[in-house]
Amino acid sequence: MPDDTNQNISRADVAHLARLARLAVTDEELDVFAGQLDVILGAVARVGEVAAADIPPTSHAVPMTNVFRRDELRPCLPRDAVLAGAPAVEDDKFRVPRILAEET
Amino acid sequence: MSDLTQHSAAELAEVIATGQASAVEVAQAHLDRIAAVDDRVKAFLHVDAEGALRAAAAVDARRAAGHELGPLAGVPLAMKDVVVTEGVPTTAGSKILEGWVPPYDATVSRRVKDAGIVMLGKTNMDEFAMGSSTENSAYGPTHNPWDLSRVPGGSGGGSAAAVAAFEAPLGIGTDTGGSIRQPAAVTGTVGAKPTYGGVSRYGLIALASSLDQAGPCARSVLDAALLHEAIGGHDECDSTSIAQPVPPVVAAAREGARGDLRGTRVGVVRELGGEGYQPGVLAAFENAVSTLKDLGAEIVEVSCPHFDYALAAYYLILPSECSSNLARFDSVRYGLRVGDDGVHSLEDVMSLTREAGFGAEVKRRIIIGTYALSSGYYDAYYGQAQKVRTLISRDFTAAFEQADVLVSPSSPFVAFGIGERIDDPMAMYVNDLCTLPASLAGTPGISVPAGLSEGLPVGLQIMSPALADERGYRVAAAFEAATERLTPPAEVLA
Amino acid sequence: MTVTYEEVIARYEPVIGLETHVELGTVSKMFCGCSTEFGAPPNTQTCPVCLGLPGAMPVANAAAIESTIKIGLALNCSIAQWCRFARKNYFYPDMPKNYQISQYDEPLCFEGYLDIDLNGQTYRIGIERVHLEEDTGKNTHVGTSGRIHGADYSLVDFNRAGIPLVEIVTKPVPGTGALAPEVARAYVTELRNILRTLEVSDVRMEQGSLRCDVNTSLNPVGADEWGKRTETKNVNSLRSVERAVRSEMLRQAELLDAGDKIMQETRHFSETTGDTRPGRSKEEATDYRYFPEPDLVPIAPDLDWVAQLKAELPELPAARRARIREMLGVSAEDMQQLTNAGVVDLVGATVDAGAPVGEARNWWMGYLAQEANKREVDAADLGVTPEHVARIVALVDEGTLSVALGRQVVDVIVESGGSAADVDAIVAERGLQLTSDTDALGTAADEAIAAQPDIAAKVRDGKVNAVGPLIGAVRRAVPTADAATVRTILLEKLGVS
Repeated sequence: MPDDTNQNISRADVAHLARLARLAVTDEELDVFAGQLDVILGAVARVGEVAAADIPPTSHAVPMTNVFRRDELRPCLPRDAVLAGAPAVEDDKFRVPRILAEET
Repeated sequence: MSDLTQHSAAELAEVIATGQASAVEVAQAHLDRIAAVDDRVKAFLHVDAEGALRAAAAVDARRAAGHELGPLAGVPLAMKDVVVTEGVPTTAGSKILEGWVPPYDATVSRRVKDAGIVMLGKTNMDEFAMGSSTENSAYGPTHNPWDLSRVPGGSGGGSAAAVAAFEAPLGIGTDTGGSIRQPAAVTGTVGAKPTYGGVSRYGLIALASSLDQAGPCARSVLDAALLHEAIGGHDECDSTSIAQPVPPVVAAAREGARGDLRGTRVGVVRELGGEGYQPGVLAAFENAVSTLKDLGAEIVEVSCPHFDYALAAYYLILPSECSSNLARFDSVRYGLRVGDDGVHSLEDVMSLTREAGFGAEVKRRIIIGTYALSSGYYDAYYGQAQKVRTLISRDFTAAFEQADVLVSPSSPFVAFGIGERIDDPMAMYVNDLCTLPASLAGTPGISVPAGLSEGLPVGLQIMSPALADERGYRVAAAFEAATERLTPPAEVLA
Repeated sequence: MTVTYEEVIARYEPVIGLETHVELGTVSKMFCGCSTEFGAPPNTQTCPVCLGLPGAMPVANAAAIESTIKIGLALNCSIAQWCRFARKNYFYPDMPKNYQISQYDEPLCFEGYLDIDLNGQTYRIGIERVHLEEDTGKNTHVGTSGRIHGADYSLVDFNRAGIPLVEIVTKPVPGTGALAPEVARAYVTELRNILRTLEVSDVRMEQGSLRCDVNTSLNPVGADEWGKRTETKNVNSLRSVERAVRSEMLRQAELLDAGDKIMQETRHFSETTGDTRPGRSKEEATDYRYFPEPDLVPIAPDLDWVAQLKAELPELPAARRARIREMLGVSAEDMQQLTNAGVVDLVGATVDAGAPVGEARNWWMGYLAQEANKREVDAADLGVTPEHVARIVALVDEGTLSVALGRQVVDVIVESGGSAADVDAIVAERGLQLTSDTDALGTAADEAIAAQPDIAAKVRDGKVNAVGPLIGAVRRAVPTADAATVRTILLEKLGVS
């Protein structure tokens, strides 16, 4: 990667994004991804060419509103089934390694 | 009884209902076929022989007890591994879910069971449905029954290949940007993406929630329609499910098979063709349009200028949504855990697990999506892409004023060689050029075999307005009736 | 602390802001049919949706939407005509999907206000937004410290995950000066009263169904710009709201006085030390990458429906207080006394439940206020309800209870933490009703007179007021005896009636 300055996305950007996305990417991947993402983002940036300010965005392809359920109980899963797939369980809870960051 | 695997689903249902063969015999014949050829096709990730024979026996028992059987009772089916199946391993083609046995059924799985359809097993796919070749599966590629050195398309290459290789008469696929239609095209089978919201998404492992849609894979238009009706319709577990009856696709398929398209206006989309398309594909498509004309259809040319931006919009919306949807794979409640050695923190273990459990394409898209949703970039990327969606929908609306259905090739290319495009993401992405607009607009599309190019299948895509899926089925059935049926060369799997 | 509160106020203008999270009291969770009941065994109230299993999808609870709109209406908010849920993306082990379904730039309710009265002055607290989201699960940290720092590992229970959570955010509140801590407390108190009146939540701060984050900043008096604010979490009682603001004001003033800068940060309030400590700083700036939740369709509340909800709102605390003041016929000063004691609503509700105004006031300003004070809780949190008090007043009035016995009933309720709730049952079980057995009283009186002949003689000689020790003796023998009745019997027997 000779020149970082004209890029949409640098190696450092990829490293930052990978941290946000909880991906422990390798140095080798950083190089590959930085190059590929730059090409991809260059291509997709085209969306900026056409969509004017007065165009409403579409978040839901089929327009619907107010889909609710009644406040009623439904059966829960049996606890054995809940915990069956867990990598580690203790006292009927999911066991996880020590947590560094506090809750946000 | 002749080889039971050669029948269509509609025929098999009839065979079983009239007692010419039992559902168990039908299931066993397909399990035998899988045993004979799947070491080469590699369509299945998991074959549930025991479950299949149990389900088939239940159908036989119902028949013996004098109960009326549904239109697909006892017919075997290949289920894409992105659909959650209670008690049957579900991986979405990813290492991160290896060994996960879901404690619940997707609505699609539930409806398949309720219809008496016999699930044979779970089929291979690009990891989390990201890809157009099934090469991104963590469990190795599926091979195209037309030429084992080629890909079967993707992401639902497993279901399409299983159907093409006579391992199952029916398959379930999911289509986010073309993952049902494009594999159907390159394996010479039929695949339909229903209107968004037409089939419940509850229990489909989400890729891009605003685009994902489950649908049928089959060897005939009628079979696809029968399966569509079995799995479609409103589901209160999916808030985006449309609260309307399933469009009458079976009736449309039967009517279309009479081969009369007089009074039907077929729009050829100018933007879906020309440069970048293989000449053989374009030639087959032109032949298909003449066939439609011969059937009485009125051919009009329509222009959808914003379709040129579909690829860009899609590759922003999809990564954005998938970056969020795939966040749940974090080693806490299910799936893989890596690095839990008492030293690494939870944050490290999450990152190591996701690094080890996801393949390159998945990681690539998660990173792009994380970028596109970041504050400061949202408006320029995700926000703009959603505006392009609006423009594409408007193009469709305008086009459907001039035509009842729109047609295009289903993919610019025939099946390419395994390994040919895997290192070039953009070269892979353009496989979906033709199928993306309908995905973004939420409108239905069906791919039906339209002859060969270089000895490999080409697909004709027929697109309909939202909630009018039956139009595509009708035209597809008419076209199917007027063309020669495509079957992979026997020597490939001899 | 080297700086006094008075000095802080002389030099700085505090600005406060509050974010309050309220767990709604719906039967089922926000997006699935699992129970919301508190205290179930771990991971027994979960399903594919609230566990974030692959493929599971949310469907919004209509009752939660309705409750949120009611809260918005009670806080004088505009109700959105069209809005969407959004995903707030961040990784945390108690959050099953690693995104929270919340609302971002399209809250269900916005631009409202809440007036609170403090020391005869009204403060208008601007409400920026009221939105709906889902709660997280709960982590337990295992290790010697029992806290996140120094824990060996953690355990996660997802029963709470997905319970509907309403977030109520105020605008920044300037202009409260020295009263900033009290205004903050009064706001949360009033908000809690409103939520209780609306019957949308059990608002129990100790169980976490009402949680507060308090923002505090200081700017030098006369300055145009507001200072950097801190956000204090973990504020779990009304008293702590007040203490948290006060301690932040003192801490920030000391830093500013020394020429240091205030860090915009999250801090945690400690109930034991009464001050705040910094949260662990994050690796990178938080970027929640909000986007519209594609699994849920937009909410477009029908205008008629909103109008109907508005018409059906119950009498809100402020209106009730005005009505009570009129009903009680008290002066503004008296009213302020009641307000300061936090008993206006309680007195009003006691009157509504049938007690005479004077009795209601005496109980809440007298014995109950003392008990609350003794236990360092608010009178409302004693576990004694207006209905309890009204019933006790009625029983005293009909002669079943004496005032003293009534107080014993109160003690029983308070000791039980509110779980002993039926006054009549308490009276019956504990045998607290006044005895009507005149034979027993007569015998006891005879024994008392016999035991204390000197005093009996004094009374016979006309020193009627000397009878006290005899009354005491009878009541020791018969604890449920009414003092006045005993006195009459004794005087009769001593021939001085």
